[in-house]
Formats: sequence, C-alpha cells, structure tokens
Amino acid sequence: MANPELTREPSQFDEKAKALVRKASSSSARRISATRKLARGLGWFSIGLGLAELLATRRLAQMVGLRGREPLLFAYGLREIASGVAILASPGPKAQSVAVWSRVGGDALDLATLGTAASGPNPRDASPVAAIVAVAGVTALDVACARTLALEAQAADATTDYSDRAGMPSPPDQMRGAALDTFVQPRDMRVSPEVREGALH
Amino acid sequence: MKALCWQGKHDIRYETVPDPQIEEPRDAIVKMTCCAICGSDLHLFDGFMPGMEKGDVMGHEFMGEVVEVGRDNKKLKVGDRVVVPFTICCGECEQCRLGNFSVCERTNRNKEIADKVFGHTTAGLFGYTHLTGGYAGGQAEYIRVPYADVAPVKIPDGLSDEKVLFLGDIFPTGWQAAAQCDIQPTDTVAIWGAGPVGQFAARSALLLGAKEVVVIDRLPDRLSMAKACGALTINFDKESVVERLNELTGGKGPQKCIDAVGMESHVGSTIDTFYDRAKQTVMAESDRPHVLREMIYVCRPAGVLSIPGVYGGLVDKIPFGALMNKGLTVKTGQTHVNRWTDDLLARIQKGQIDPSFVITHTESLSNGPEMYKTFRDKQDGCIKVVLKP
Repeated sequence: MANPELTREPSQFDEKAKALVRKASSSSARRISATRKLARGLGWFSIGLGLAELLATRRLAQMVGLRGREPLLFAYGLREIASGVAILASPGPKAQSVAVWSRVGGDALDLATLGTAASGPNPRDASPVAAIVAVAGVTALDVACARTLALEAQAADATTDYSDRAGMPSPPDQMRGAALDTFVQPRDMRVSPEVREGALH
Repeated sequence: MKALCWQGKHDIRYETVPDPQIEEPRDAIVKMTCCAICGSDLHLFDGFMPGMEKGDVMGHEFMGEVVEVGRDNKKLKVGDRVVVPFTICCGECEQCRLGNFSVCERTNRNKEIADKVFGHTTAGLFGYTHLTGGYAGGQAEYIRVPYADVAPVKIPDGLSDEKVLFLGDIFPTGWQAAAQCDIQPTDTVAIWGAGPVGQFAARSALLLGAKEVVVIDRLPDRLSMAKACGALTINFDKESVVERLNELTGGKGPQKCIDAVGMESHVGSTIDTFYDRAKQTVMAESDRPHVLREMIYVCRPAGVLSIPGVYGGLVDKIPFGALMNKGLTVKTGQTHVNRWTDDLLARIQKGQIDPSFVITHTESLSNGPEMYKTFRDKQDGCIKVVLKP
C-alpha cells in the first residue's frame, strides 16, 4: 500500500518550498546559510536593542515619544533579549523560524505602542514617526526571514517520491530470480545449504 | 584541463590542472563524457580517509572516449567508448588470475605504505588516496588509465552513458554484495543503507532470487526508491530495526545481512552512535560501526554478513563474541569489478535492469563542489549525482 506521506498532493506551500531548493540546487546550500546568517544577525540585534532598552530606558523613551511609559519599555527590553537568545539558540531552520516569528509579534506590539504615542504626542518628546518607520523596516526583514526559514525547513523535510524508479522492466514478483538463468555462483562465494546438510551424512 | 580537486576537508574545487599524458606503454588517455560522485567520495570529502594530499583529483566512477593509447595497448583504440572500473588491475598477478582484482598485487604505486597500513597491499584505485596509489581520479575532463589493456569495458553502440556508467562501481558493488550472500530462495536479505549501493544490492538480491528483501534507512525518498523494487522498508528513526527484522523472520533474524553504509553511520538513533562520534572526535576511533554491531546482533546464526560499505581504519566495541558463537560468515572487500562487468553489461543490454533509475541529479562538472554538499547533506532528494564536462 502506498505511503500517504509520499503520495499526498503537494500543497502550494510544498511547491514553494521545493522551488526554493530546486531553483538552483547548486546554490541552495549557500542560500540556506545566508538566511540563517540573517537570522543570527537579527538575534544579536534583538539582544542589543533589548540591552539598550534596559540600560537607557529613560533616554530611549524620550527619543521615541514614550516618556512616562518607561516600565513598558523596560519590559519590551526583556522581551527583545528573550527573542534574541531564542533565535541564537535554535538548532535548525524550523525552530529558528518560530523564534523569528516571535520577533514579528514583538514588532507588532512595538508598532502599536508607537502608534499610540504618535496619536497623542507629548510635546516635550521627539516624534515617534522615525521610530515607527525604523520598526516597520525591521518588521519587513523579520517577516521575510521567518518565512524563508519556514520554507527552508519544509524543503528540508520534503520528500521526493521515487516509487516509480524500479529500474526493471516487470513488477518485482516477476523479476525475482530473473538473473538465475545465467548466473553462476562463484565457488569462493558459496555458503550453500547442500554443503551444510551434506555434513550430517 | 579542468578537474575537481581535493583541497582539504569539505573543500573540493573546480580547478585547472595539467593534462594527463601516456606514462607507460599499456596506458590510455580517456576523455571523460560522464562521471559520478560516489558515496565513498564523501569519506574523502568529510576527511575520514587518511592519505589525501592537496590538489588530488577526485573521482573513481567515470566513462568516456579513448583519445590516446600507449604502444603496447592491444585492447583499445582511439575512439573506443569505455567504462573504466575503479579498481586498477594488472591481469597477471596471482590475485588477478584468481579474479580478486581489487587486491591486485602490482598496481598500487605506494605498495610500501599499504603494506605497512594493511599488512599487505591492495590494488591501486582511481582518485582514492595515496594509500591506494595516488592515481588522479575521473572527475576531470581527461584521465590517464594505467593498465588500460585489462580493466576498461568497451561499450557497444546504442547504450546511453547513463545506462552503463555505473558498471564502473556501484552496480557491480551492489551485485557482489548480493552474490557474496549466496542467496537461496528461502532467504530474507536485510540491507542497511538505501543509498546507491544499497539500491543496487536490493535489486541484485531480488534478481538472484531472495524470498524477501528488507532495506533500512531513515530518509523517505530513499526508502521510496527501495520500495520500487519490491523491498520492505524499515525507517530506523521510527521503529526498532532489530524488533522489526525479528518480526519479519519469525523471530529468527535475516539469513543474509548487507552493510551498504560503512564508516559514517548516522549519529542519533542509538546510544552507541553518540559514543562512536565522541571517540571519533578525540581520534580514539576512526570509523562509526553501528551497522556492523546491529548486523552481528540480528543476523540468524550461521548467516552471512556481506560488507560492501567502506571502512577506513579502526572500529571499537564490535560484539565479536556474538559473531563467533553464532558462526557468522563475513564477506567483504572492495569490488572485484571485472568479475561482473561482462555479465552485468549483458543484463543491461537485454533490458533486465536499467541502472539509470538511481540518477537523481545531473549537473556540469563545474558545479561539482556544490553537488558534493548537496549529496553529503542529502538535500533535494539527492541519491546519485552524475556530472558531465
């Protein structure tokens, strides 16, 4: 019976994953490596940003229009560090993709928070618009990285079905023993049962 | 000319090297039309085989057209299309006369080193370390073939390169693995490894009349190719190999076991594989012999272990007590390719088997370095890579 895992209809995501690897199989190793390098870069960036939010909370709050909401910024710093560590500690593209998606969630939270600051800006603070643009850019990078990692993970798991590659002209049951018509077992490779049975007599 | 050269561990480069020349009167120069990356090339790529030097030309599975012959070569002429077996043999020494071509006594140019390492020399091999002669390999535009009046197999018109290329190595290797088992109609043949040699061993075992063929691996694409020839499959990531094999054989174990894995068995499925990896890291062991241990354990008493998988040096914790007490027969060695080539070529010609089934990737020689990685990492469903100039 055919293995359903091997014969199921490929989804659109499967096709994209396979295309990612097959488009230029000779460069697939390099591309996978580049995406994972980007993920590691984002991990270190996350840790750096988190440390900045922890160590310079007040100054950063002024810069992005969040004066008075320093505890929130401090908490976001902890979140950034956790995301960064998760990305760097992830062993493969699948786990790394999940960790980078966690950054995307954090980006959404950042954008929402900055959005509230933009809608009611503190006149003594800098405008949050520059920060929103910066976070939006990083979010786009995070999304691209997480998606590519997910595709690569699926591509790595994807299997190709070679169940039509028998290499013989007839079904296996008809090919069983087909070579015995002319094959002569070499003397130095014989371990025949006749010899063993003969030893009893 | 261009060739794939070994420049260190995980470092194969497409480089310009000097054109080969006729050096001895029996030589021939072959213009390569098709070559392949063999699983045993990965042992060199991964740095597990000693005796490689920077700049060595890789490759021992190749074919092409004869473009020059030495004055004493009466077998070949310019224009002949040939597959060149990976074992270089003289055809005259005691071992060659016995048909033991892979242990030819005369073709290893570095016999003294081999004598020291192995006790006695084995044959020279193309592109496979200085321990076996340091001959330039066939992943190149041209290659010098020593003793070319003995081993090269002339290919008749009408057969594509893809159908006959593997006569030089993996087809006879899988065939010999099965032949060494002396397969009987009641036999269950268990084959570890669904790579190219495992695939040919499975088909050979079937053609030689095995009652049941069981192929063990962890990669679904490779297992699907094994199923294509009617083999039962065991995914060792998902089930116990020993339990499943015993279940399939009424608790007695398979009569015949084939190790088509060799020195780099997968790390991760059992405790002993981690042990081997750790010992390998500190250079306390050179090979990872998990498959040998499992075969010895599960094989039926008085059964046969056939080992085409390549081992390079020292292995540890082999249950020799089980091997001895169960009275197992061990058959191993590099393939005596020319014992089988005429017969297998005839089988290809009459359509009994089409070896091209195993090819999953065809690339240009210049893409060879990347294809080594793809093959090593088993990416993109890669089972067998063929390279063309």
